[in-house]
Amino acid sequence: MSDAVLLGAPVLLPLAAAVLAFAGGDRLRRGVTVALCAGLALAAALLAGAAWNRGVITHHVGGWLPPLGILLRADGLAVLMVIMNTAVGIAVSVFAAGYFGGHDEGHAAGPHGRTALFWPVWFMLWGALNALFLSGDVFNLYVTLELVGLSGVALISLAGTKAWPAAMRYLFVSLLASLSYLLGTALLYGQFGVLDLAGLGRAMADVPAARAAAALMFVGLAAKTALVPLHAWLPPAHAGAPAPVSAVLSALVIKGSFYLFLRLWFQVFPVLTPAVLAQAVGLFGSAAILWGSALALRQSRLKMVVAYSTVAQVGYLFLLFPLATGAAASVAPLAIAFHAVSHACAKAAMFMAAGGLMLAYGTDDIRALRGAAVQASAPALAFAIGAMVLIGLPPGGNFTAKWLLLSASIDTGQWWWIPVIAAGTLLASGYLFRVLTVFMESSGSAAPASAPRVSLAAPALVLAVAALLLALAAPAVTGVLERAPAVGLPALAGGPS
Amino acid sequence: MTPALLYGLSGALLVAIGLTGAIASRSLVRRILGFNVLGSGAFVIIIAFARRVAGPVPDPVSHALVLTGIVVTVSATAVALALAVRLGDEEDGRHE
Repeated sequence: MSDAVLLGAPVLLPLAAAVLAFAGGDRLRRGVTVALCAGLALAAALLAGAAWNRGVITHHVGGWLPPLGILLRADGLAVLMVIMNTAVGIAVSVFAAGYFGGHDEGHAAGPHGRTALFWPVWFMLWGALNALFLSGDVFNLYVTLELVGLSGVALISLAGTKAWPAAMRYLFVSLLASLSYLLGTALLYGQFGVLDLAGLGRAMADVPAARAAAALMFVGLAAKTALVPLHAWLPPAHAGAPAPVSAVLSALVIKGSFYLFLRLWFQVFPVLTPAVLAQAVGLFGSAAILWGSALALRQSRLKMVVAYSTVAQVGYLFLLFPLATGAAASVAPLAIAFHAVSHACAKAAMFMAAGGLMLAYGTDDIRALRGAAVQASAPALAFAIGAMVLIGLPPGGNFTAKWLLLSASIDTGQWWWIPVIAAGTLLASGYLFRVLTVFMESSGSAAPASAPRVSLAAPALVLAVAALLLALAAPAVTGVLERAPAVGLPALAGGPS
Repeated sequence: MTPALLYGLSGALLVAIGLTGAIASRSLVRRILGFNVLGSGAFVIIIAFARRVAGPVPDPVSHALVLTGIVVTVSATAVALALAVRLGDEEDGRHE
């Protein structure tokens, strides 16, 4: 299989499907959805197999070389992200078919009602995320960032009137962040005359333009990743969106901008990212873990708890920078790979479970969900398993991630991250057990207005269990990261096995 | 002062004006216009960099970038305006 197909298919299949889903009727749309899920699963598997056997795969689109041409490349980290995007995306698609198919409340009927618009926009977002993970030049990455942001806004606005202010706010933050990133790109091109990540990394020098570019790009991407203190837009947007959209935004979209942050940090700007800056980024991450969790404890709506938990979980991702910057070998990148994938599966499962409960009970007010463990056992179980994973209980993926982060802290003598990780775990237990206790209360439990549907709970359960068993995939994750190493990331030092 | 520098400074000025409008305005439409000015400022800066190559022909890559960027900002403006119109209708409905 040619590299053009291997790298092009994960991007082009969803975009083609988006056009078909927009132009065609309901029946065509259903067929397209099934075909797309199968096609993307196959494409991700082929790409993973190729990277496993041959290492990093690259392709110059149309045969044009940089700086004019667009470089696509898949290393181990990109392959993992594409697999995550594909797996979570398929589960969300199955869920969305049930979610939008079964109820009409607030969703206009007809082929081009709001519900029908979900599919083309979601496919666009799906493909744009794959493009983000596979692109190798900073300008193309700007385009993918905008595609992801704009389709995210459109998807949030599908929830109807109440979600529009949150969607507008998300749009403004997203645009400001992208333009900040674009200005950084302009400065880099003006200074170095190249746009591909590899070329920029080679040419990088400590000059004022490069420093300004780094500041503009990192701040823009931190805002898009909702790193505290730039997080205020996230909870209303993620909690106000329809449940399948919440799942996609919290599980996948956040990872896109973080992934780009990571790429720039290790591949493009290593000469401009001294240890002291890495410590500062780690401090913001710690603040996110503590502050996000503290706010999650105070929420009265289930979806707001899950959304604030995303603010907290994003914090762990940013601990990568103090732990891995400047190291020749580190387990921190492996920890972050585990955390990103595990959080994606668990968080998507929890938002889908919350959506299922919301449809059944007509509200996501936590007090109204008394006895859900019995009355709506399937979504409640999916939520509980996702919660176990997020807290970091073994054998969930977050357990592996936290274990590796702790050992990286000890290896590098940075003991101060250990109490942060411990406190984050305690707080997560707090805000999640607070919900689970209500689920299990029998006194005053009310039957849901409508029976929870299995078709909604099944994809949530599958993802939650996948996150719970992620530790079993450790050899595969370690293997692909070692066989197709990402430029600039420290080598993996020992695995969990 | 070279023309390229003049263009670069004008771009920076546009960025400053646009940023002010995008952040400080109360009206949604003014904020969206602010984003447009901000984007145009960035594009003017990129075009100014087209003179970085020696010789009579400016760097074509800058122009390709700006053309792509314009398409992106037009789409962003369309999404923003559509949302602003709906929000406006919503508010009118509430006041009536």
